[in-house]
Amino acid sequence: MLLDVKGLRASYGQTPVLHGLDFAMDEGSITTLLGANGAGKTTTLRALCGMVKTSGEVSFAGQRIERRATEDIVRLGVAHVPDGRGTFAHLSSEENLKLGAYVRKDKGAVEADLERMYGYFPRLKERRQQQAGTLSGGEQQMLAVSRALMLRPRLLLLDEPSFGLAPLIVQELFAILEAVNEKEKVSILLVEQNAAMALELADHAYLIETGRVVLSGPADEMKRDDSVRRAYLGY
Amino acid sequence: MTKRAFIACAALLAMALALPFVLTSYSTFQMTLVLVYAIALLGLNILTGYNGQISLGHGAFYAIGAYCAAILMSHAGWPYWATLPVAGAVCLAAGFLFGLPALRLEGLYLALATFALAVSTPPLLKDHSLEKWTGGVQGIVIIKPDPPEFLAGLGVHLNQDQWLYFFVLAVAMLMFFIGWNLLRGRVGRALIAIRDNHTASEVMGINTALYKSLAFGVSAMFTGIAGALGAIAVQFVAPDSFTVFLSISFLVGIVIGGLASLSGALYGALFIEFVPNIADEISKAAPWAIFGVFLIGFVYLMPSGVAGALRRVLGRLDRGKLSKSKTGAAGPAQPKEATS
Amino acid sequence: MTFQALMLQVVAGLASGGIYASLALALVMIYQATHLVNFAQGELAMFATYIAWSLMNAGLGYWPAFFLTVAIAFVLGILIERIVIRPVENAPVLAVVVVFIGLLVILNSLAGWIFTYTIKSFPSPFPEKLPFGIHIISPHQLGAIGVTIVVLLLLYGFFRFTPLGLAMRAAAQNPASSRLVGIRVGWMLALGWGLAAAVGAVAGMMVAPIVYLDPNMMSGTLLYAFAAALLGGIDSPGGAVVGGLILGVLENVLGAFVIGNELKLAVALVVIVAVLLVRPSGLFGRVHVSRV
Repeated sequence: MLLDVKGLRASYGQTPVLHGLDFAMDEGSITTLLGANGAGKTTTLRALCGMVKTSGEVSFAGQRIERRATEDIVRLGVAHVPDGRGTFAHLSSEENLKLGAYVRKDKGAVEADLERMYGYFPRLKERRQQQAGTLSGGEQQMLAVSRALMLRPRLLLLDEPSFGLAPLIVQELFAILEAVNEKEKVSILLVEQNAAMALELADHAYLIETGRVVLSGPADEMKRDDSVRRAYLGY
Repeated sequence: MTKRAFIACAALLAMALALPFVLTSYSTFQMTLVLVYAIALLGLNILTGYNGQISLGHGAFYAIGAYCAAILMSHAGWPYWATLPVAGAVCLAAGFLFGLPALRLEGLYLALATFALAVSTPPLLKDHSLEKWTGGVQGIVIIKPDPPEFLAGLGVHLNQDQWLYFFVLAVAMLMFFIGWNLLRGRVGRALIAIRDNHTASEVMGINTALYKSLAFGVSAMFTGIAGALGAIAVQFVAPDSFTVFLSISFLVGIVIGGLASLSGALYGALFIEFVPNIADEISKAAPWAIFGVFLIGFVYLMPSGVAGALRRVLGRLDRGKLSKSKTGAAGPAQPKEATS
Repeated sequence: MTFQALMLQVVAGLASGGIYASLALALVMIYQATHLVNFAQGELAMFATYIAWSLMNAGLGYWPAFFLTVAIAFVLGILIERIVIRPVENAPVLAVVVVFIGLLVILNSLAGWIFTYTIKSFPSPFPEKLPFGIHIISPHQLGAIGVTIVVLLLLYGFFRFTPLGLAMRAAAQNPASSRLVGIRVGWMLALGWGLAAAVGAVAGMMVAPIVYLDPNMMSGTLLYAFAAALLGGIDSPGGAVVGGLILGVLENVLGAFVIGNELKLAVALVVIVAVLLVRPSGLFGRVHVSRV
C-alpha cells in the first residue's frame, strides 16, 4: 500500500470541503479520482500535499504525512502537478525543469533526466530557453508534467491535466503517462473531469461527491457501472 | 450612537473638562498637544484607515497649516482663531491637488510619493526664495494667545495654557463630530468600499476618482487645522519641526491606535505624545531604541491597534454577559468598522 | 562650464552612482522576494559599517575587516528576517511598514548609543594617488566603481547560474509552486535578506570614507537608492544599476552647475515624483496588469 487515506477532512477557512474521505493506492498503480466540479477532488490532492488544513490519517510509504509541510512531503517522493499547472512563467522552460530536480542529491543524473524529458516531449527541447509563460497551453502542461517527473517521484499527483487541451494532445500526454508508469514504476493519482479518458488510463477509480467517496472499484467495472455512465460518461 | 458609547463619551468629556484644573501647566500643555495630534491622526485615518491610501507625508499638511497660522498671525496680525478656517481651506485645496496625481498610484508607490513629499518639506521651507514669508531656518515666533476678556467678566480666571487647552478641546470636539458624521454615512461607506475593493466600487457606480481625491483633501484639511493649532500651542514654527519623522509618527499613531477607528486617533495621539518620554526615562542612552521595541511589540500583540484590541475585549465581555442571562442567545454582531 | 569640469562631475557621479546602485540592488532584491520596500535598509548598512570600524579599531586590517563585516551583515540579515519579520509575514501592509520603522529606529539609536554620535572617519582601502597623474577621478571613486562592478557581477552570476539562485528567483516569483518542488520558501526569504544586508554593508563601507561615519549617514544615500530603484524599475535588478548610475550623474552635474549643493537631495525627490507620475514601473520594470 503506497498511499493510504482514512477519514480525510479538509476545509478552506471555515468552510469544510472534505467530509471523511477514504481511499488507497498500491505501488505501481494508476488511480483516478472522478467527480463533478466542486466535489473536492482538487482539495484532496492539496490535502495530500499539506497545502490545506486537514485532519484524518494519510500514510505514504508507511509514514504519516498529514501534519507535514509541503516541502517535506516533496522530499519523500511526491510530485504534484497542480490545476493551472503552476509553471514559473518568468523563467525559461529549462529552468522550470531544473527546479523540478531541486531536492535531488544525485546531481549527475539530473542532466540525463533532462534529456529524457526532451525525449518524451521534443517540443520542449525546441523551446528550452523560451519563457515558460509564453508557451501554449499544451506545451505548458507538458512542461508541468516533465517538471514533476524530474523529481523521479514515487507518486505523481495530477490535477485535471486535460483541462483546456485539445483531445489529440491529451491522448499524447496520457500515452506518455502510461509509459512512465510502466517503465519507471511511477505511481499516478489522477484527478480528472474527463472521466472517459481517465478510466481508459487508470487501473482503479474512486467517485467523489461533495467531499465523500460514493463509489469505487477497478476502472473496467466503473466504466460499465450505470450511474457512472449516465452521470459522467454521457451515455 | 449606542447607549454605552454615549456614556463613554460623556465620561471622557467630563474628565477632559476637569483636567486643566488638576494638572500642572506643562501637563496641560502636553494634553493640548495630545488633542492636536488626535485631530491630525483623525485626518490621516480618514485617508489611510478608511480609504486605504497610504500617506507617509501628512507632516507636510501639518506644516502647511502651521505656517498658515504663523504667517497670518505674525505678518498680517490676524487673531489666532481666525487662522483655523484659512489653514483648513488651504490644506483642503492642497490635499485635493495632491490627491489628483496620486490617483494613479497605489500602495507602495503612493507611500513613496508621499514620503518624498515629507522629506522635501523642510528644505522647501528653508529655501531662500520663500524666506520673506517663512522666516527661513529660524522660523516664526508666535505670541501666545490670552484668554478672551468676557471670561474674566464672568469671573472665570484661566491662565493661557488652560484657555488654550479648552479652545483646542472645543475645536477637537467639532472636528471629531464632523468626522464622525462624514464617516458613518454614505461617504464613509463609499470610502471603505473603495478601500476594500476598488474595481467593485467602480462597477457599483461610485465615482472613485472624486471620492479618493476628496478623501485626500478632507484628510489634509483635518491635519492642517491640527497643524495650525499645534503652532499656536507651541508658539513657534521652524522647518526642522516638520521633518519626515513627524509623518512617520503620524503613521505610527494610527497603526498603534487602530486603523479605521475614531477612538484610535485618541489612543494613537496619547502614544506618540507620551511613549517617547517614557522611552527616554527607561533609557537615557538609546530612547529611540526603546521606542522601536514598543512599536514592534505593539504590532505583534495588537495588529489592529489599541482600538481593535479593546473592541475584542468588550465583545468577549458582551458575549459572556448575554450567555449568562439568556441561554442560546448569540453574541452581538461584531461590526466590521466601529464608529467609536 | 568647461568640458573638463563636466567630465569631472560625470565621473564623480558614476562613482557615487555605483554606490547608489548597490543599495538600490539590495532594495530590489528584497522587493522581488517580498513585495515590500525595506525602509530599514540604510540603517542596516550603517550598522554594518560601524561593525567594520570596530573591527579595524581592534586591530584588524582593512580587507579582513571588510570581508568579516560582509559575513556578519549576511548573518544579521538572516536573523532579522527570521526573528523580526517572520511573525508579521501575513499581517496587513501597514503593520509591516511600522515594524520596518521600528527596526530603523532601533538600529539608528543602538548605533548612536554603542558608538556615540561623534563623527568618525572611515578609511579607504585604495591608494592615495592614481598612477600616471590622472586627476579626473579620485582613487577611492575608481575603487568604489570597481567594487560595485565586482559585487554586481557576483550577484548576477549567483542568480543566473547557481541552483540556489534559481530557487530564490522561483520562490520570489511563485511561492506556491516553489513549495511543490521542495523549496523552503521561508529560508529563501531569509537568504534574500542576508544577501541584501551584505550588499548594503559593502555600499556603506564605500560611502563612509566620503560622507564620514555617523548614525545618520545613510539617510541621504537611502533616498537616492530609492529613487534609483524606482527609476530603474522596482522589480528590475539591472534597472536598479542603471538607475543608480543615472541618478549619481544627475545629482553631481545638476548640483555643481544648476541648483547648488543644498538642493541636491531635491534631485532624488523630483526623480521619485516624476517616475511615479509618468511611468511608475520605471525604465525597465514590468508593467503590472492587474486582472479583475
